Amino acid sequence: MISQAIFIIILAAAVYLFWKNAAKIRRNILLGRDADYSDRPSERWATMARVALGQSKMTKRPVAAILHIFVYVGFVIINIEVMEILIDGLFGSHRVFSKYLGGFYGLLIGGFEVLALLVLVSCAIFLVRRNVLRLKRFTGQEMTAWPKSDANYILITEILLMAAFLTMNAADYKLQALHYSHYLQAGSFPVSGFIAPLLPSAASALVVVERVCWWFHIIGILAFLNYLPYSKHFHILLAFPNTYYSRLQPKGQFTNMDSVTNEVKAMLDPSFVPEPAEVSRFGVKDVTDLTWKNLMDAYTCTECGRCTSVCPANITGKKLSPRKIMMDTRDRITEVGNNIDKHGKDHTDDKTLLDTYITREELWACTTCNACVEACPVNINPLEIITEMRRYVVMEESQAPASLNNMFGNMENNGAPWKYSQADRFNWAEKE
Amino acid sequence: MEQKIPTMAQMAAEGKEPEILFWVGCAGSFDERAQRITRDICKILQHVGISFAVLGTEESCTGDPAKRAGNEFLFQMQAMMNIQVLDGYNIKKIVTGCPHCFNTIRNEYPALGGNYEVIHHSQLIQQLIDEGKLKAEGGESFKGRKITFHDPCYLGRGNNVYEAPRRALEILDADLVEMKRCKSNGLCCGAGGAQMFKEPEPGKKDINDERMLDVLEAKASVIASGCPFCMTMFTDGVKHIEKEQEIKVLDIAEITVKANGL
Repeated sequence: MISQAIFIIILAAAVYLFWKNAAKIRRNILLGRDADYSDRPSERWATMARVALGQSKMTKRPVAAILHIFVYVGFVIINIEVMEILIDGLFGSHRVFSKYLGGFYGLLIGGFEVLALLVLVSCAIFLVRRNVLRLKRFTGQEMTAWPKSDANYILITEILLMAAFLTMNAADYKLQALHYSHYLQAGSFPVSGFIAPLLPSAASALVVVERVCWWFHIIGILAFLNYLPYSKHFHILLAFPNTYYSRLQPKGQFTNMDSVTNEVKAMLDPSFVPEPAEVSRFGVKDVTDLTWKNLMDAYTCTECGRCTSVCPANITGKKLSPRKIMMDTRDRITEVGNNIDKHGKDHTDDKTLLDTYITREELWACTTCNACVEACPVNINPLEIITEMRRYVVMEESQAPASLNNMFGNMENNGAPWKYSQADRFNWAEKE
Repeated sequence: MEQKIPTMAQMAAEGKEPEILFWVGCAGSFDERAQRITRDICKILQHVGISFAVLGTEESCTGDPAKRAGNEFLFQMQAMMNIQVLDGYNIKKIVTGCPHCFNTIRNEYPALGGNYEVIHHSQLIQQLIDEGKLKAEGGESFKGRKITFHDPCYLGRGNNVYEAPRRALEILDADLVEMKRCKSNGLCCGAGGAQMFKEPEPGKKDINDERMLDVLEAKASVIASGCPFCMTMFTDGVKHIEKEQEIKVLDIAEITVKANGL
C-alpha cells in the first residue's frame, strides 16, 4: 500500500511538472507571428507519416538511420511495457498483462528484451561516434559544452534505463525459477537469461535487485520525461506536429510579403487604396518577429548537424551554420519566455536574435541553396529565418553589403543586376 | 543569328501570338558566355519549328537576386512591372534559360497576379526528345566522353527537376557520371542567394573550388549545367585548377546544339 501511494505521488508530480513545462514551450511557440498552415490536410498527414513515423529522410545516412530506427522502434514499443509497469505500480499487481495475454505475453517480453538490447547497443555506438570517433558533424562553433553534455546525458540515460529493464527481468526470471512468492511463471527472457547467472542466488537478494531495478526504471523514465523540455531530445514529441506543418510549396519559392505588396501596388497605381494592415516591422529582428512555425522548428531541432554538414558556406569555412541558426533561435525564445515569467509580458531586455545571437556575417554567407532544408530529417527550415533577417537588415536598416546595394541600384535603374543599359538588352541577337 | 529573332512587339504588330515566350534573363542578355547559350536555345527552337518570341528590350530582371538578398520592395516592383508586360501580350507559356528566372516566375509571380506555365529550357529539350523532334545526330559526337551534370539549386532542390537535364544527356551515348554530391545532395556552385553580386564572406576557400573536387573525383571531361551563374562559377573553378584544356563547361542547350550540328 505504501509503495502504491509513493508511486502515485511520484507519477502525479512528474506528469504535472512535465505538463507545466510543455505548456510553457507551447506558449513560447505561440509568441511567434501568425502563419497559415491549415491547407491540404491529407498531404500533411501523409508527410507526417512518411517523414516522422517512417523516418524517410534518415535513410541518406544508412548507419545512423539503422541505429536510430532501433532506438526509435525500441522507444515506441517498449512504451507498451511501461504501460504494464504503470498499472502494476498503481494497483500493486505484478506483470498484470501476463494474466490476459497467455503465451503471447512471452513473445511480447522476449521482443522487448531484444529491442532493449538493440537500443542499448545503438546508444553505446552513438556515444562512441560522438566521444571517441568524434564525427565532424557533432563538432562546430555552436557545439559548446551544454549541447555536447545534453547529447551524452540522453544516451547514458537510455543505456541505464535499458540496463535496469534487463536486470529487472533477469531477477524476475530467477525468482520465477525458484517459484518464489508472487513471481509466477510469465514471459520469456532471451536476453536477460544471460545476465541471470551474474545475479545472487538467494531469493531475498533477488527480490531487492528486482524491486530496485523496477523503481529505478520507472522513476528514470519519469525523470527523463521531465528532462525533455530542457533538452534537444524534445524532438521525439515535436517531430510529429513539425512534419505535419511542413512547408508544402516548392523549396525555391520564398514567402510573399503581403505588407510590401500593398505598398508596391499603391506606388504603381495612385488610385489603389491599400487595406489597412497591422503595422509591424519588415523582416525579423527578434524571435517574436518569426512565425510560430519557425519557433516550433527551433524546439524540434535535435542538433544532429545534417544541415550544417551539407551547407556550402559552412563546408568552405564560412561562419554560417544552419544548426546554429536553429539553436540560437531556441535559446533566444527560451530567454524571452523566461523574461515574461519573471518580469511580466511587457518586459524587454536589450538583446535581439539579430546581432546578440546571429551575426550579419552569418546571414550574408548563405547561398539560399536549400541544402539544409533538404537535409533536415524533420523538415526544419533554417533558410526562412535567414531570409527574414536579411529582409530586416535590407528594408528596415538599409544595411546591405555595398556590392548588393550597387546591384539593387542597377536593377532599379536599368532592370538588370549589372550596369548595362536596358536599351542594349537585345544586342545578343546581333552577334554570332 | 542567321534567322531573325522575333520580339513580342513585332509579333503583336503583325497580329500574331507565339506558342511560347523565351524569357532570356539578365545573364543570358548581357553576359558574353551566357549570350552564346541564349543563341543556342534560339537555334533549338528554330530547328524544331516552334513559334516563339522574346521580349527584347522590354524584358527586365525578374527580381530574383533582390528577393534572395532580402529586398522584397525591389523584387515586387520588378515582378509587377514584368507581369504588366507579360499580361499585356497575353502570354500563357514561358521557357526560361535560367533556373532563377524559372523559379521566380513559376513560383513567386502567382501571388502577385502573374500566372503562366513556366518551364526551364532543359525541360523543353526533354519534351522535344520524348516527342522525337530532337535527336543527337549530324553533329559533334559525345560518344564515350565523360559528362557529369551539376544540378542548379533552383532547378533541382528548388523545384525537383532532376531528370529532364539528364534525359538531354542520355541520348548522347556518352559516359554519364554522377558526382559524389548530386541530385538532392548536390553542392551549390556558390552563386545563389545574390552571392553572384558580392564577394564571399571570409572562409577557407571559395565554394566553386570545393565543387571542383567533385568534378575531379568523377573524372569528368565535360561539366554540364543549365544555369548561367553556375556557368560563370565553374568556368572560374576550372581556371583555378588549370584544367581549361581537359575540362569543358557546357550548358545543356550548347551540348544539344553541338550534337545536332545546328
